Amino acid sequence: MIEFIKTLISGLGLGSIYALIALGYTMVYGIAKMLNFAHGDVIMVGAYAGIVAFTSAGLPPVFTVFLSVLVCTLLGVTIEHFAYKPLRGASSLSVLITAIGMSYLLQNLALMIFGSQQKAYPQYVKLGQVSLGAVTVDGITLLTLGVTACIMVGMSLFINRTKLGKAMRAVAEDRGAAELMGISVDRTIALTFAIGSALAAVASMCYGLTYVYIKPTTGAMPGIKAFTAAVFGGIGSLPGAMLGGIALGVIEQMAKTYISPLWADAIVFAVLVLVLVVRPTGLLGKEIQEKV
Amino acid sequence: MAPLENSRATAKLVPQQRTWYVPERDADKPPILECIGLGVNFGGLSAVKDFDLTLGPTEIAGLIGPNGAGKTTVFNLLTKVYEPTHGTILFDGKDTHNMTTAGISHAGMARTFQNIRLFANMTVEQNITVAMDREIKYSLLSGIVHGPGWKRKEKEAHDKAMDFLSIFNMEQYAGARAGSLPYGAQRRLEILRALSTKPKLLLLDEPAAGMNPSETAELTENIRLIRDRFEIAVLLIEHDMNLVMNLCEGICVLNFGEVIAKGSPEDIQQDPAVIEAYLGRKEA
Repeated sequence: MIEFIKTLISGLGLGSIYALIALGYTMVYGIAKMLNFAHGDVIMVGAYAGIVAFTSAGLPPVFTVFLSVLVCTLLGVTIEHFAYKPLRGASSLSVLITAIGMSYLLQNLALMIFGSQQKAYPQYVKLGQVSLGAVTVDGITLLTLGVTACIMVGMSLFINRTKLGKAMRAVAEDRGAAELMGISVDRTIALTFAIGSALAAVASMCYGLTYVYIKPTTGAMPGIKAFTAAVFGGIGSLPGAMLGGIALGVIEQMAKTYISPLWADAIVFAVLVLVLVVRPTGLLGKEIQEKV
Repeated sequence: MAPLENSRATAKLVPQQRTWYVPERDADKPPILECIGLGVNFGGLSAVKDFDLTLGPTEIAGLIGPNGAGKTTVFNLLTKVYEPTHGTILFDGKDTHNMTTAGISHAGMARTFQNIRLFANMTVEQNITVAMDREIKYSLLSGIVHGPGWKRKEKEAHDKAMDFLSIFNMEQYAGARAGSLPYGAQRRLEILRALSTKPKLLLLDEPAAGMNPSETAELTENIRLIRDRFEIAVLLIEHDMNLVMNLCEGICVLNFGEVIAKGSPEDIQQDPAVIEAYLGRKEA
């Protein structure tokens, strides 16, 4: 039982990281109607920014986090502006290929600058082990859970209550009509990339503090898993991305503990396939009905 | 590919002779909209050619023509959904050459769509307030934590939205999902959403499509009421000739992308070119 609760909590922690990344995928998909496969690599850049800020420049932890968020936000907006915006009218396949290219570009730039050797992410937050009754869990896992919960609540409020959120929902529903209502689509999409990338920076912090070692391909696997989570929950839906991320993390940890660490990834993707067979739009995705 | 012919850059603003019926009350006011030699080519096909139009600031005008004549294309040119390849659009005295679609909306042009394009998953009220947000300013933080500034501004937006909804007696729908409304109500909501951008010119693309005669009669009355209350110009595309002849002060007839007749409803009804376009040529 204790083992089960421990696994559950670490699954929730891992799932929180997936959820943070998945939010970026799903928002960009919902609003810009594109899959930003470079999103995972933004996390890697965020992690390296943390290493440089804390280890090399000796900044205090607060500034390290702030700088990492700033770097990722700027990177996200820059990628959108130079790589995706010129393709706004192009076919979605061209945009997809561009995104994959951007992903490799970021990985190889990191390889050039930081080398292929893995680097340790500075452990600027030390929480040690926390015991909750009979169960001891990592403090960092609890921190991750707390941070993610705050961000999720904040994002829901932002999307549902602010006028920027309303503009984003309008663009997601009908870009052309939103534009004719005076909403600047370009600015809304740039904002979406900024928010998604800022969340990726937060995810990079949680990832670095939990898993410590960072290399240029660090972003790839969490990126794919988070994309899976976004599809699992219903791509385009914010609650779907949150739910999908958490579910995926818990399934992965459960599979690692109770079945085999080697099989964990295979099981995760098998579950995705099963869910999509039963519900092709994902857990919370909307069914699109075309009137004929 | 052959270079696109582009005369827009060199088009001079010369005073145009009015070849178009402008209501007397608007005669000495500057026109709200002037199209001069407007045209667009798609590949080699010219969808709209040499389109001239002058619209008084409180005029209700109709754009009619057989299917595929280019009427909606004209709307798309006016709102910059398509970039014109020829000609000039002067809206409210300003050349719209460099404006974006959103910029056109800010300048005061609003439209509805042939096929309804509401934000179906947002509430009726949100559909209306989304365009008002440009004017309603509060800080991001205030929006998230629901501070007093937010409450005041949101109340203001709510009151304005209800005011708009009252035009068509739709207050009871305010909280409903826009996509769940009956067809006629969705059409009316689209007009209200367009009005909420505070337009000077309202473009209506087949507002009476799918309406029964009594709904159409009500709509006719309402468009006139909207014009009187907001003192705006209305340009509408419509196939319902009853509505067009009752409501419009000036009518422009398009066929195969070209203007074949312009004038008052009486002139248009007797114009041989119009009769031919709609009914075909009489066999000799």
